[in-house]
Amino acid sequence: MEPASRLDHNYELTIKDFPYIVRWRDDRCKRCGRCTAVCPMLSIEPAVVVKRSVSSEGPVPQPRVSRSTATVVRQTSDISRYCTGCGTCTLVCPNDAIEPEYNPQHKFIFHKNRGGHPYRRGGRRNDPEPGTLDRLKFTRISMLTDPALDAGRHEFRIRTYLGRILPPDELPLKVVDGRLEVDRTSADFIPPVREIYPVMIGSMSIGALSPTMWEGLAMGITYLNEVEGMPVVMCSGEGGMPARLLKSRFIKYFILQIASGYFGWDEIVRAIPHMVEDPCAIEIKYGQGAKPGDGGLLMAHKVLRLIAEIRGVPMGVDLPSPPTHQTKYSIEESVAKMIQSMSMAWGFRVPVYPKISGSRTARAVLNNLVRNPYAAALSIDGEDGGTGAAYNVSMDKMGHPIASNLRECYLDLVKQGKQNELPLIAAGGVGKKGNLAANSAALFMLGASAVSIGKYIMQAAAGCLGDEYNRCNICNIGKCPRGITTQDPRLYRRLDPDNVAERVVEVFKALDVELKKIFAPMGRSTELPIGMSDGISADDPAVAERLEISYAC
Amino acid sequence: MCRLSAITSSEYISPMENILALETMKEGHDGSGMGLILKDLGGEFEELKDYPILSGICSKDGLHALDSYMDGLGFQLKYTWTPKIKPVKGIERRDYYFARVYEYPDEYREKDTEEKESLLLSTRIALRRMGEADESIIVFSFYPDIITLKEVGDPLQLGEFFGLDNSTLKARIILAQGRQNTNYAINLYACHPFFIQGYGSMTNGENTAFVPIREFLMSRGFPGYMGYNSDSEVFTHILHYTCRRLGYPMTYYKDVITPLKASEIETRPDSEAVNFLRISLRPLCIDGPNCVIGFTPDGTCFMVQDSKKLRPGVVGGVKGKYALMSEECGLDKAIPDRERSNDIFPMKYDMVVVSPGAEEVKVWNQLQGWTTTMS
Repeated sequence: MEPASRLDHNYELTIKDFPYIVRWRDDRCKRCGRCTAVCPMLSIEPAVVVKRSVSSEGPVPQPRVSRSTATVVRQTSDISRYCTGCGTCTLVCPNDAIEPEYNPQHKFIFHKNRGGHPYRRGGRRNDPEPGTLDRLKFTRISMLTDPALDAGRHEFRIRTYLGRILPPDELPLKVVDGRLEVDRTSADFIPPVREIYPVMIGSMSIGALSPTMWEGLAMGITYLNEVEGMPVVMCSGEGGMPARLLKSRFIKYFILQIASGYFGWDEIVRAIPHMVEDPCAIEIKYGQGAKPGDGGLLMAHKVLRLIAEIRGVPMGVDLPSPPTHQTKYSIEESVAKMIQSMSMAWGFRVPVYPKISGSRTARAVLNNLVRNPYAAALSIDGEDGGTGAAYNVSMDKMGHPIASNLRECYLDLVKQGKQNELPLIAAGGVGKKGNLAANSAALFMLGASAVSIGKYIMQAAAGCLGDEYNRCNICNIGKCPRGITTQDPRLYRRLDPDNVAERVVEVFKALDVELKKIFAPMGRSTELPIGMSDGISADDPAVAERLEISYAC
Repeated sequence: MCRLSAITSSEYISPMENILALETMKEGHDGSGMGLILKDLGGEFEELKDYPILSGICSKDGLHALDSYMDGLGFQLKYTWTPKIKPVKGIERRDYYFARVYEYPDEYREKDTEEKESLLLSTRIALRRMGEADESIIVFSFYPDIITLKEVGDPLQLGEFFGLDNSTLKARIILAQGRQNTNYAINLYACHPFFIQGYGSMTNGENTAFVPIREFLMSRGFPGYMGYNSDSEVFTHILHYTCRRLGYPMTYYKDVITPLKASEIETRPDSEAVNFLRISLRPLCIDGPNCVIGFTPDGTCFMVQDSKKLRPGVVGGVKGKYALMSEECGLDKAIPDRERSNDIFPMKYDMVVVSPGAEEVKVWNQLQGWTTTMS
């Protein structure tokens, strides 16, 4: 006998259990098939259904049944092919006949663990609420007591330093005939310092990003440096770089990242003797805000030929980096020795700094670095940072918001008088709601010397579809509908690297104007207002108290 | 915007000259206070130049506490000057205004200057803390050959109140500021000029970078970097930090508070050193609309502008007497018989330096070096 569950579909999920419901309009659809062809998840499929219609003609009801077959577009209830809400179907539909709609009642997370495999995805923390950074306002406006500057007329210098900065009383200077000269007899180490734009593009690897996306970003920052005179830099992420770029003069605009998998570093080390310029800096990744405690993860879907070559690995295998640098067993091993080793590789000419995930233990790391004269900075990546692939639980529930983590680290440095010696780089959710300039400026005023962005630039420069309602967020499986996080040529050829580069330039030029519009009324123009905490207020007394800033309502 | 009036002279002058100059700039101060610093003192103080002078205001109880504290430390009172107060409507008289000359404690007499200066600083801070809560003791300076007077009121009326028009109180360098209060509550410790260990300065304008500068100075581990009831006090402390603590020549003060761009620094013969300063002293960039007038221990006076030259300021005079003023009218009042065409209006890269004894005026330009000389 047929089990009842087969007859009434009780074994299936309902469409209401899914986060996005595809609204398809029979009357508008011309059955061209574009939507079903383009759907990265195969969530919608063409189907043939039998249509039964009952009609009656004449004054007396005389129902007649007729049957016909019809083609429809149907959403699957197979959870492995769930609709991510990316909306690519809408993009390609010529007749506005299809659109995914967010379903706030979904029960997706209850079911997305089939086979005992927890839900893994890319993207960001699925919390659409504004973060702390968006609850800060710039309230110290100069007017009558202190004329405001003019963002359009006055000269502004929006720059910062990356590298360990010597305290003034340790500078190797001497006075000769009323003039300061560098004391050449001093044998003290003078750490390298780079002057850069204070908003940098954070670590996203070739591998996590498609070749076209990465190339677009790289071209964009090169243009900003060479044509616009804006020293914007970008971090490679883990996984190396093409040898041609390593050996080019453009490498000075890039920060090379070494992480626990050491992917790509065979090629980098081999390229060192052939480098014509030093890289901007070396970032040692110990943690990532989006998934603290997890190492990097490039899933097999994305390990195609180019990536395999750059990383020196076979094609089509998962590339998980360990959660920690496993050859190192303690902080002195994993931080001090690594920093020294990397410094030594470039003759101590390149700043080397660690990146950690936001954590209540950040201050402990900070204080270790303070005592290490080779540590060039500390990058802290808050919980709202993005990732190419991680467990959902790590993304949603692990990590520390950047605002208070950065603030307590900065105030710790102030207490020690070292606030200008070890630059703090803040990341994780900068521009989460699109307010890149405001979030960046707020972080500077809380104590950051620079900020890193990732998701923001993907969204602004390449139209990334992801959001905090778990829209899209499939960076991990190589099916990015925009061609941003895929290694599939059929997908990444959708993305024109020239367009990405152009957008990167537009984004940074607009950002520069917005930063001036913030700094000018606050009377700051010559130096970045790092630690100018009297400039900002929070709309929540508890936030204000925690950040040691004022409360405004 | 406060108005500033500084005069440096080879002859002793009365502070009334500064006050009358301030009077011509009256629209710029609102009666919320006046500060005076007199350096290189004449009159009865001419013979007492080696002894520290404590300047301040006390209540009756405060005076008692002050005396017992100073006795306890071993300071011996040598001479006391108090102004002959003439009641003036609108000025609230406090109990006791004083400039008291002390002999160092026995164990300090043979010690070097640095140790003596440390003692004076720590004593001043201790007295300040003793009287801060109830304002029973307010001390402005404790240093040889320096007197500071501050009170709330209109400068001209305060001159009358303190009897300065008939006083023997004279000095060769006098800084005076008429306040335009922008510090919310009126507090005498917020009144310019400020002084620390031989360095004095006053400023008009508001310091937009105050908090990072304050945090940087307070974390230098130097006890004198405290107070900051006014955001302008940091200008004096940056001067002290640059010249005294770091030992840099005075012209680098300008490079510290208004750093050049990297491309501009490249043109300097000392570019490597200036670049180090720009990076390591980044938190001391003032970044606001400010004109700073000050002096160093050797009697050099200077005027600098912010990096955009958003405030007025003029220097002029004759050999032996120069005035550094907010406005031309103040200069006209202080030194009318001068060649006006020689007046110097320092621009954004300039530091006007008047040598000790008002011998000559030179302009230091951050890009060009020494440019103009007037003597």
